[in-house]
Amino acid sequence: MAGFLLRRLVNYAVLVVLAASLSYLLAASALKPRANLEDRNPRPPAAVVDAELNRLNLNDRTPLAERYRVWAAGVLRGDFGRTLQGEPVNDELWRRLWVSVRLLTFGTVLGCVLGVLLGAYAAVRRDRPSDRIITAGSYLLLSTPIFVLAVLLQIGAQKVNDTTGLQVFEWVGETAPGSSEGTFGPLGGLGDRLRHLLLPTAAVALAQLALYSRYQRGMMLDVLNADFVRTARAKGLRHRDALLRHGLRTALIPMTTYFAYTFGLLLLGGMFLEEIFGWHGMGEWLVESIIRGDVNAVAAVNCCAAAAVLLAGLVSDVLYGVLDPRVRTSGTTWTARTGRS
Amino acid sequence: MTVLEVRDLRVTYPRGVRAVRGVDLSVGRGEVLGIVGESGSGKSALALATLGLLPPGTRVEGSVRLRGRELLGRSDAELSRVRGKDLAMVFQDPLSALTPVHPVGDQIAETIRVHAGATRPAARARAVELLELVGIPDAARRARAYPHEFSGGMRQRVMIAMAIANDPVAIVCDEPTTALDVTIQAQVLEVLRTAKEATGAAIVLITHDLGVVAGFADRVMVMYAGRAVETGPVAEVYARPRMPYTIGLLQSLPRIEPDAPRPVPIDGAGGISTGGFPATGCPFAPRCPVAVSRCADTEPPPVPVGTPAHTAACVNLDATGDPARVFPAPAPPPAPPVVPRHERPAVLEVEGLVRHHPLYRGTVLRRRNGTVRAVDGVSFDVRAGETLGLVGESGCGKTTALMEILRLTRPQRGTVRLFGRDTAALTAAERKALRRDVQVVFQDPFASLDPRMRVAEILAEPLLVHGVPRARIDARVRELLALVGLDPAHAARHPHGLSGGQRQRVGIARALALEPRLLLLDEPVASLDVSVQAGIMALLEELRARLGLAYLFVAHDLAVVRLLADRVAVMYRGRIVEIGPVADVYGAPVHPYTRALLDAVPRPDPHRERRRRPAPLPGDPPDPSEQPRGCRFRARCPSYAASADAAWRTLCETDEPRPRPVPEGTGRLVACHHPEGGRP
Repeated sequence: MAGFLLRRLVNYAVLVVLAASLSYLLAASALKPRANLEDRNPRPPAAVVDAELNRLNLNDRTPLAERYRVWAAGVLRGDFGRTLQGEPVNDELWRRLWVSVRLLTFGTVLGCVLGVLLGAYAAVRRDRPSDRIITAGSYLLLSTPIFVLAVLLQIGAQKVNDTTGLQVFEWVGETAPGSSEGTFGPLGGLGDRLRHLLLPTAAVALAQLALYSRYQRGMMLDVLNADFVRTARAKGLRHRDALLRHGLRTALIPMTTYFAYTFGLLLLGGMFLEEIFGWHGMGEWLVESIIRGDVNAVAAVNCCAAAAVLLAGLVSDVLYGVLDPRVRTSGTTWTARTGRS
Repeated sequence: MTVLEVRDLRVTYPRGVRAVRGVDLSVGRGEVLGIVGESGSGKSALALATLGLLPPGTRVEGSVRLRGRELLGRSDAELSRVRGKDLAMVFQDPLSALTPVHPVGDQIAETIRVHAGATRPAARARAVELLELVGIPDAARRARAYPHEFSGGMRQRVMIAMAIANDPVAIVCDEPTTALDVTIQAQVLEVLRTAKEATGAAIVLITHDLGVVAGFADRVMVMYAGRAVETGPVAEVYARPRMPYTIGLLQSLPRIEPDAPRPVPIDGAGGISTGGFPATGCPFAPRCPVAVSRCADTEPPPVPVGTPAHTAACVNLDATGDPARVFPAPAPPPAPPVVPRHERPAVLEVEGLVRHHPLYRGTVLRRRNGTVRAVDGVSFDVRAGETLGLVGESGCGKTTALMEILRLTRPQRGTVRLFGRDTAALTAAERKALRRDVQVVFQDPFASLDPRMRVAEILAEPLLVHGVPRARIDARVRELLALVGLDPAHAARHPHGLSGGQRQRVGIARALALEPRLLLLDEPVASLDVSVQAGIMALLEELRARLGLAYLFVAHDLAVVRLLADRVAVMYRGRIVEIGPVADVYGAPVHPYTRALLDAVPRPDPHRERRRRPAPLPGDPPDPSEQPRGCRFRARCPSYAASADAAWRTLCETDEPRPRPVPEGTGRLVACHHPEGGRP
């Protein structure tokens, strides 16, 4: 298992390098940081602009290969260069990464767990009203873009706030200023943070849940009438216990593969959510950087995203190995089962 | 004392399919009731209904009593306290019936914990004891292994351990040995016997194998179309069957004894799949040779015949007094070719054929990790007009050898010569031309016919591929249908509109379309009911004589091979261990493996089967990726195990035996150092 993971890790490292390089090359050839500097008022002299661009390794008159070499050498030292403002990209990247993590973690976990449970439940209640409601609901959610969903949630929250007369929901920013200086001290600050998290978490969770419940329903239908579930019942397990201990456990295995693939969608959704809920995370930064033509920041965010997607892949591989004893014995069957190599 | 009693059980699936239509049965403590019948007769539905495991939406009526307590109509919670404790079940396919993600020890322990509330360590310890009881070596370690790490026979032992975990009063076994080799079947039945003795449970054994029932059951119940048509003590029913279906079933069975009568096919096909049964009267009447007009009136109730315990459901019992006269005698076998074997030309010569599959490990850097020696140096020949049967346990390489010949290319090693031509030297055009002469019939008539094509298209396809003018195809299709005993009307049907036997006839007709000279048959009757098997075997024999074909016949059923083949080759781990004329090999097997294989076949004769208690061949079918030194069969060889002579054993350990003529001059080869048998 350890040997397998090490090989996988090397595989993924190669992929990350490729993805990061390609995204740098694309950003460096498509974005125009010069325009951003020249547009300043008063317009700086060309020599000053050139000097500034050279200092940031953004000068489009330097050959692309040379700029890439400098950038890559920096990245190898763990330095993503500087933003257009001259700040180090690294500091901003870390700050914003944690904002994104805080924004998305709860929603993702909640969405996964609820999606799996709801999907399994729908499969067991197949073709009954509860299954139809879950199915219809998840299709509705799947067909709603996340920014529409977020805005709808905000409108709903506004209504609730108005009718109750209390500020139950907050949806701008991460925290209200001065919240931790109230009667409850830091505890109040935490409560305020959680309150701000409610709506974005709901948006992330709902989008994920819809997707996962569909997958899980399909997986679960496959094992509902499996012989081993029948064996479990013949042993004296009740129908529900047989399904949970033997059916769901087996039906979870293929889900781990989906987990890696939906992670990309999650990052994309995060971009909209940050804009809508006013969180200053990676997604917002990426959009701003593209508009400004900030090549180094864009490349850094892309690099981070590539690493995150592949990390999710690695996690799903580990989960697969933990859940399915059949893949632990040999490397060959492992590849055959996950369908990836 | 009656433990399990079923009265007037009726099972109706959604959409009105009546799988069981009023069945009564009772089993006493320590008694074994065998239930036999062909597919679609309702035996499995009966088993599942007894345990309350039918899918929701199925209507179950009647009464199922376990030690006097009614089970039907109870809630899932109440039933789950009975299931696995007092009433246990062993399922057919032990691979899919065990949860793949839990260790087997835990799965057995769960059975104990659900009912007894034992602590986890106590339940685990008991699970290990149970695994020892069912004969799993190194039980403490194997308890932590997962189902995929066990062979089929070992998995079925685990299933049995699970069933007896809580000392049940009754065990229902649904085809417990069907998917297994005869050698493993013998082992599993032995384990089941041990389990019965350990628990004293009543056993309901559902099977289609009349040989298994003869050796294991006390009483037998024959089911047809959801009803029990004949019930009685095994010896009585086998000796004096009275219901025509039972008579047909017993007579259609291929038997392994040299003096056994030829199997008699039952015409037509029963089963829900082919349009059901007549609405009134006896459901067997359309296939019954002694049906009279009264049969169509009402469904006959079972009435006592002879002894009180023996009942049969037939209105025309007068006609079944002598079972031998119920079914018309089968046509005598076609006369054997008059030309002696050595003067007939060889159609297929195989010399040192090898097929190895490499095993790889690793994902980024794939490295070769071993070799599966599927076929490891096999030599035989098939002469014009004869049938060579290739037998052995699963994994011995018999099907691989067949497929290797069918490729018509240069084998990895060795040579294949068809009609005197070396396949390695063929050009693409010659290869295509040669394909006309070599055709194949596959095992599964459900999977080997394209479900979207009509029968006429299936039969026309090989003709079109080989450029037969369209104008002649229609006539040829009609000719082929007639040849295999199908109706011209069948040409317009899709495969799903045909019964299993009819489908296999289509498969044979397709193989015959191009007028081949050699047919490769891969288990052509293995997936068919016995009553249908006999018909297909008779057809194959007749075609061989009429068209002058030669057959290479792969089968695991030794009785089928005895009937169809002239010569037989016994394979073990990719090698032929014994080859020779069928009568000689079956009459006096020389290789210890051949002896064990023949011994393991259960005979459908209760008297003989009870006296004959052969020691099952130990061990599993071997893993073909290992390469031991010396004789490949050594690890399981009873002669080697019994011998105390060091020099005698050393030869087996160091040298691989080569095939040599034993006895001289009979065309028989045996690969064994000690063909004279064990020496103390």
